[in-house]
Amino acid sequence: MKPPPFTYHRPTTTDEALAMLADAGDSDTRILAGGQSLIPLMNFRVALPDELIDINFIDELDYIREDEGCLAVGAAVRLSTAERSADVARLAPLVSEGLRSVAHPPVRNRGTVVGSLAHADPAAELPALLLALDGEVVLRSSGGERRVAAGDFFEQPLVTSIEPGELVVEARFPVSDGHSGHALVEFTRRHADFAVAGGVVALRPENGAPRQAAIALFGIAGTALRAGAAEAMLADDEGADAREVADAAVGEIRILGDIHGGPEYRRRVARACVERALVRARGGLQ
Amino acid sequence: MNVPIEITVNGALHREEVEPRMLLVDFLRERLNLASVHIGCEHGVCGTCTVQMDGKCIRSCITFALQADGAEVTTAEALAEGAQLHPLQDAFWEKQALQCGYCTPGMLMVCEELLRDNPRPTAEEVRERISSNLCRCTGYQFIIEAVMHAAEQHGEGPAAQIAEVTR
Repeated sequence: MKPPPFTYHRPTTTDEALAMLADAGDSDTRILAGGQSLIPLMNFRVALPDELIDINFIDELDYIREDEGCLAVGAAVRLSTAERSADVARLAPLVSEGLRSVAHPPVRNRGTVVGSLAHADPAAELPALLLALDGEVVLRSSGGERRVAAGDFFEQPLVTSIEPGELVVEARFPVSDGHSGHALVEFTRRHADFAVAGGVVALRPENGAPRQAAIALFGIAGTALRAGAAEAMLADDEGADAREVADAAVGEIRILGDIHGGPEYRRRVARACVERALVRARGGLQ
Repeated sequence: MNVPIEITVNGALHREEVEPRMLLVDFLRERLNLASVHIGCEHGVCGTCTVQMDGKCIRSCITFALQADGAEVTTAEALAEGAQLHPLQDAFWEKQALQCGYCTPGMLMVCEELLRDNPRPTAEEVRERISSNLCRCTGYQFIIEAVMHAAEQHGEGPAAQIAEVTR
């Protein structure tokens, strides 16, 4: 179908966008970035916003830079720009690798990194990447700015802790120390489809102490999740059997099914993804 | 309330006023009569509406026309020069890479971008890239053969133009 009518705003500065958000009041006002999730939802008439604030023309949000130990990605940065960025590859190679699994190139040419995070699809790769790397998002409103850790940001499918009047202006991925092992492994029915399930593993040496391991899962629950029990196994024994770690990763989660796979099938797929990601991440450490 | 936009399409500048909700695909088809830009699924899955914006493939059914304000849009109409088909079009013809033709304009735009990014792709790379576009007739094999054929001819005659398509 065709999208419903709406009022269109085109700010050229962040402050202008925040003022528009503050003025929105009770109207259903959405941010339009790449539109690769929002516009299909509008075409289906699932989303019926009264007003759209288009942030594509805000040049000051189009940046990729290193900032206080983080790779900072502004809200106007397209997925394909980040995918091809030498800075992203150097500072956050796991993000660089993971971006290649996000949708198809024509979608990556329009969609944005921050937009994918703000949309919070449970099968999306970027929320799992942000979660695995202990990243955060920067939320700004006309009243000020706050940072929210990935673990506190994703609440339910397509629901985040963004408050009315707030705009996600930046995603922050902690910089890799260059010696970490990492991998994102997902299973899709066809190339670049939504993942049936996926796993992200990031292994980080910590001051010579046992390696800190992060494991995140996506596509199997309402949000991306960290697998705490599996991470604890690796903290106790960094050489723990990959299959047992993967079993632990999926053992603690209530898995949701849909027409593409029931809960038990998804559990097995997720377990296989985590196991393969861990094996690949360990390979990267050597 | 209509919004004024300026879009360069296939080299020509158009100043138009559009309703904000007008999709780029409808703008190209209905305002500019560019019938190569097909409407399929209307939610960003099938790829038949693929056009290039500033040289990069995008799906015009999930892009508003006013988001292309100031941009250069290229459609399959711009590939041929008069009666002279683009090398990719020649290759599609030669290898029978189409049957009903509905997916063809989108496929051509995706493959043109691929060959600019990567003039000598492997069959696997072609397979992966065209996975963004659905074809219900060919089984894809002939399309992959056509792209490989066009790439092989690159630098050996007319196909040398592939990297130099005007946009």
